[in-house]
Amino acid sequence: MSARHLDISIRVNGEDISARVEARKTLVDFLRDDLSLTGTHIGCEHGVCGACTVRLDGEVVRGCLVLAVQCDGAQVETIEGLSDSGAIADLQLAFQQRNALQCGYCTPGMLIGADALLACGGVPSREIIREHLSGNYCRCTGYQAIVDAIESVAQARAGAKA
Amino acid sequence: MKIADDQASGLSALDRPNSYIGRSVPRPNLARLTQGRGQYVSDVVLPRMTHAAFVRSPHAHARIKNIETAEAKKAPGVVAVVTGAELTEIITPWVGVLTHLKGIKSAPQHAIAVDRACWQGEAVCAVVARTRAEAEDACALVHVHYEPLAAVTDAETALDKTTPVIHPELGDNLTFERALTAGDPDKGFAEADAIVETTFLFGRHTGVTNEPRAIVADWNPGEARLTVYQGTQAPHMMQNLFAKHLGLEEHQVRVLTKDVGGSFGIKVHTYADEMATVALAKLLKRPVKFVADRFESFVTDIHARDHRVKAKIGVKRDGTITAFEIDDLTGIGPYSVYPRTSGIEANQVVNLVGGPYTCPNYRARARVVFQNKNVMCQYRAVGHPIATAVTEGLVDLAAAKIGMDPAELRRRNLIADDAYPAAGASGIKFEKLSHHASLDKILAMMNYEKLRAEQAQLRERGVHRGIGLASFIEVTNPSAAFYGVGGARISSQDGATLRLDATGTVFVHSGVTEQGQGAESVMAQCVASSFGVPIERVRVVTGDTDNVPYGGGTWASRAAGIGGEAAWQAGKALRANVLAAAASILQADPNALDIRAGIVVDADSGRERMPLDEVARVVYFRPDTLPPGFQAEFMVTRHYVPRAWPFAFTNGVQASYLEIDTTTGAVKLLKHWCVEDCGTVINPQLVNEQIRGGIVQGIGGALYEHCLYDESGQLLNGNLMDYLVPMAGEMPDIDIGHVVTPTADSELGAKGAGEAGTAGAPACIMNAINDALRPLGAAPLVEMPFTPERVLSALGRV
Repeated sequence: MSARHLDISIRVNGEDISARVEARKTLVDFLRDDLSLTGTHIGCEHGVCGACTVRLDGEVVRGCLVLAVQCDGAQVETIEGLSDSGAIADLQLAFQQRNALQCGYCTPGMLIGADALLACGGVPSREIIREHLSGNYCRCTGYQAIVDAIESVAQARAGAKA
Repeated sequence: MKIADDQASGLSALDRPNSYIGRSVPRPNLARLTQGRGQYVSDVVLPRMTHAAFVRSPHAHARIKNIETAEAKKAPGVVAVVTGAELTEIITPWVGVLTHLKGIKSAPQHAIAVDRACWQGEAVCAVVARTRAEAEDACALVHVHYEPLAAVTDAETALDKTTPVIHPELGDNLTFERALTAGDPDKGFAEADAIVETTFLFGRHTGVTNEPRAIVADWNPGEARLTVYQGTQAPHMMQNLFAKHLGLEEHQVRVLTKDVGGSFGIKVHTYADEMATVALAKLLKRPVKFVADRFESFVTDIHARDHRVKAKIGVKRDGTITAFEIDDLTGIGPYSVYPRTSGIEANQVVNLVGGPYTCPNYRARARVVFQNKNVMCQYRAVGHPIATAVTEGLVDLAAAKIGMDPAELRRRNLIADDAYPAAGASGIKFEKLSHHASLDKILAMMNYEKLRAEQAQLRERGVHRGIGLASFIEVTNPSAAFYGVGGARISSQDGATLRLDATGTVFVHSGVTEQGQGAESVMAQCVASSFGVPIERVRVVTGDTDNVPYGGGTWASRAAGIGGEAAWQAGKALRANVLAAAASILQADPNALDIRAGIVVDADSGRERMPLDEVARVVYFRPDTLPPGFQAEFMVTRHYVPRAWPFAFTNGVQASYLEIDTTTGAVKLLKHWCVEDCGTVINPQLVNEQIRGGIVQGIGGALYEHCLYDESGQLLNGNLMDYLVPMAGEMPDIDIGHVVTPTADSELGAKGAGEAGTAGAPACIMNAINDALRPLGAAPLVEMPFTPERVLSALGRV
């Protein structure tokens, strides 16, 4: 093993993966290039736009600010895994019904970010939703439809619990 | 509205029993996009694919003395290192001019700079390697020896005799100039009781598509064909340009456009690095991929809106506007962008200023100059945000000067709703607009009087809120007048090909492209309605020059109005053909039949006669049972281009309510409204979301976005940390209303809606800010973006 490469074991969307990766490779490049998980997108590669948002050991992270080698032994969930499991099906449906996406490039990151807010429970105010989304850039929608969709899911989930 | 009443039932064409026109049908693409199953060009991987990275000039203007590539060529993974001079063997340069922009000039631009770099960020050498990382590694090993040259950066002095000429062979730094006088502006100003004069400044900004520009080019010498996967708005235009500059026939080039991660006019131009990528693929005989990174995007994606407009308005005491005058100066970088040119934005400013109003006296001059900064070209709402801000800014300043409510001043000058057809002072022609109905509607929506009362009340408590209005017009559905007449091979017509498959499903192949705005949904709605099937039985194919009718693509708010009409007409034609077959099977009169919800029915009674899949089964598998001589045609094509009017102008009005923190200078947006008239609304949800997204893009230009250059032509904030874009936290909720004035040029009557939001937002934000600051004695703010610093400066606090 050269100094430039390291072996890692990582669980991605429930699948155990062993890989030899370049030490400098970001998590998002590893997911996209090595695992063909292209649902995680690259927008700025400096941690501002949120297109590469994924879950790392349950925490929402920017895939461009984490190195793949840092994820040795960790669990990563991407939009593909969250879609297949049905974990965010209601949120995805709300986005579709409200047309809360146009080009769709920010959407996987936006959904994962929004899901973290919804996981806190309750019905957050529109201001809180907007504030929470402020790390996810969308050039198409103007955000209102996204806020509407998240708000509707929060209300539905709260209603279902009540 | 002209309706071709071809229904025996007496229903209008748009009111067919299963019509989807006017319904918010969900887009078919959304489920997969929410699941991360999009197929963006960034995601495309081909066998033997390589990756290109570019060495870019750190200087705004420099002679390239020599380029040492030996070390880079030896680096791991490197396939080729190619200079501009070497690439001229493969691809020819281009010049971005159009014949109808009289006198416009530019210099030949190469795919990679040869001899000289003319802006910071221009590619001077390409590295192709097995991975992008290896290509970037090797870029650092390319040694370029530059001789820095004087950089022309200030548009104001670009034409001075002492300023170096960027392209000496052109004689000066003037790209394009247009002067216009209408009516008698001198008389108009002489008759005015008040004249307001100011200089509006607009900050250069850019599109910041979430997915950067991306291209994968694959030259296959075995079949002498180039396949290009490109995130573009205009596949056929690019097919033509790739062929032309690589010395190929058009049929040798196939452009495939899959999902595109945002366009907004950014992805409708010829980019040197993308042309270089296709040339590299041809040179290397294997696929080459190039995806701009964010830093590259900031220095190479077209910029826009860098305008300085000296402007003047004359107004009588009764509010009558007597004259408008503007002098626009804009610096567009070192080359006019190919093939649409960089003269269009200034040309539009001249066309559009004063457009909503009856005032016939107008004098305009626009000058477009070269400079050593990144190129500027058409970006969402081309020229409209500038023309609208100038016009509406002047109107508000005039209202303040004569002490009239700004809504009232507009009411006294907007072209009357019953005065059409009409023409604007610049000669632009309006089929039918609804300025007064739109203004009345927005004032009611925002409860204008009550809002004014609230504003006054809060001001007593030291809360400074502003209300801003902006009426606007928007060019949509362009005919050949935009580009075709100037010699550009950019199609203004568009087509739709329909095919009924053997189970009764319709395939629609459309020349327009899907950029996320919902074009595919609109095409499906049009076909489902005019042909007569549930929308689930319509499948839309776009973005493949091998497989869709020749068309212009998506720009200038044309996809729904032009592509939609072609789809609508094709649906009618296919219905006639299918009914002819059904009639021959049923031995009925085809005129007595109709297709509704996928079933052939008696047109009068609606009685079901035969499902479509049964008609298709007979035609495809048992044609032997059809009468001799009858041949069914289940594939039809229809095209459409607007002919009666050069453009379908739309109109609308926006309003902003905001609050200014006079301590920090921060602007808090409280609410935004828009009333828009885009004619027939095919899908209200999609129209509203286009408007909302467009407004927020306009707000970006008004409050945040600015490509800051220093005097030597260095971009100072070319990253997303330093270049501010609108994020969710700062944006307001936006209420939208509609007035519906269909165009009679098409049966659908739909005009475009993609740019209205961006056209009007900066103007009404500016007016609201000045409305808030005026009682504080602040000088009017007329320089965008309206940063906290500028607000505080207007208040005299910094």
